[in-house]
Amino acid sequence: MCLGVPGKVVAIDGLSATVDFFGVKRELRLDIVDEPVLVGDYVLNHVGFAIRRIPPGEAEETLALFDELLHGTRSPDDLMAADVRGEIAAGREKD
Amino acid sequence: MPAPDQSRELKFRDPARARALAEALRRTLDAVGRELTVMHVCGSHEQAIARFGLRTLIPQGLRLLMGPGCPVCVTDAPEVDLALSLAREGVHLCTYGDMLRLPGTSRSLSDAKAEGARVEVVYSVSQALELAERRPDEDVCFFASGFETTAVATAAAALGTPPKNFSVLSVHKYVPAAMEVVAAARERRIDGYLAAGHAAIITGFALFEPFAKRTKSPVAVAGFEPLDILAALLKVTELVRDQRPEVANVYPRCVTREGNGPAQRALWQVFLARGGRWRGLGEVPGGNLELTPAFAHLDARRRFGLPTSAGREEGREAEATGCLCGPIMLGLASPSDCPLFGKTCLPESPVGACMVSSEGQCRIWHTYGGPPDLREVG
Repeated sequence: MCLGVPGKVVAIDGLSATVDFFGVKRELRLDIVDEPVLVGDYVLNHVGFAIRRIPPGEAEETLALFDELLHGTRSPDDLMAADVRGEIAAGREKD
Repeated sequence: MPAPDQSRELKFRDPARARALAEALRRTLDAVGRELTVMHVCGSHEQAIARFGLRTLIPQGLRLLMGPGCPVCVTDAPEVDLALSLAREGVHLCTYGDMLRLPGTSRSLSDAKAEGARVEVVYSVSQALELAERRPDEDVCFFASGFETTAVATAAAALGTPPKNFSVLSVHKYVPAAMEVVAAARERRIDGYLAAGHAAIITGFALFEPFAKRTKSPVAVAGFEPLDILAALLKVTELVRDQRPEVANVYPRCVTREGNGPAQRALWQVFLARGGRWRGLGEVPGGNLELTPAFAHLDARRRFGLPTSAGREEGREAEATGCLCGPIMLGLASPSDCPLFGKTCLPESPVGACMVSSEGQCRIWHTYGGPPDLREVG
């Protein structure tokens, strides 16, 4: 649950943002993010809420790690990968 | 798909750097001149430690324990019983996935669901709000588990305009309070702590400074990659060596001194910390996050007349089963000490709470293994 997953903000509507996680678009709430978020920023997701805006350079490194975690393992019971998938799913799927 | 040059990017998993950190750790521990015990309080830390076999890399004189870091595991059986009683009354319950199979005093929500109760798994409180909006004729209750980071999301939902048929049964827990209990335990001295990076994103690392000073134990805020964890262990060991009970931020790419101000304001506007029981730990002063009087109208305990604290016969389940979850969560035992672990207690049929959740130490050790016993492999 602690593995906040980063995604790229592609649209903002009030306190709701459409965020791209590894090619999957989800809706996240912006109620409690630490600083103002703009389209193009990366944010950390925790259970459907953005909890931190992350500087772009740092986001690239973290994204590469999560990519490896999601795609680099074939074990069906990889708990870390399962938690990351859960985190991504935490945002409601964009219609 | 991963980029072709991805390995270059994975600097937080570089084996050469990991070996260098482990070597520095060994030298620092030698300078301390005695064995050290360091505790982390996060299921995601344990996942990374077990998945990457970090206990084989750190020196033998450094004992790395998991404390009360699994929010599902520390949810007390009578708290599950409260949710079960709501389900019995026809309330439509929403909760996070691992909560479903968590045993109450005698049954789980999964048992209730099998018998026809309406229990939904949600990934976010937002989905519970949407369900309440779609079903205005039903009582929809969010059975809210998780530590302070997750409680912030519940707080944001409460601060919006939730529909009248929506309520919250909070079993949110506040980790810093449990660290005090562990530090006060006489059975084992903890020399230093790793604090969970994402909780610290919200609270800021300054939160741990009074704790470090009072307990004379340094705290390092750590991220979730192998090098994050090794670097934090090295930092804690250095601070012990130098007799500096301070807080070190070893996760500066995410954590600041002050933390996330808007999230903290939302948290403490909606919740207050009260004493209550944690499974395995007993009474934790200031450990339970309850709704403040201003949000009493959302409180399922009040709306449905539930007891504020449910009674039960002390320690009965644990004695009956021989389960060691309690001592394991206090850092006094390991999963491999438990006679049930991997035998009658399995991920598909858990006896204790630590085998239920993906953040429980027994579940993690069962998936990845604990420290290898070199006698077994010859």
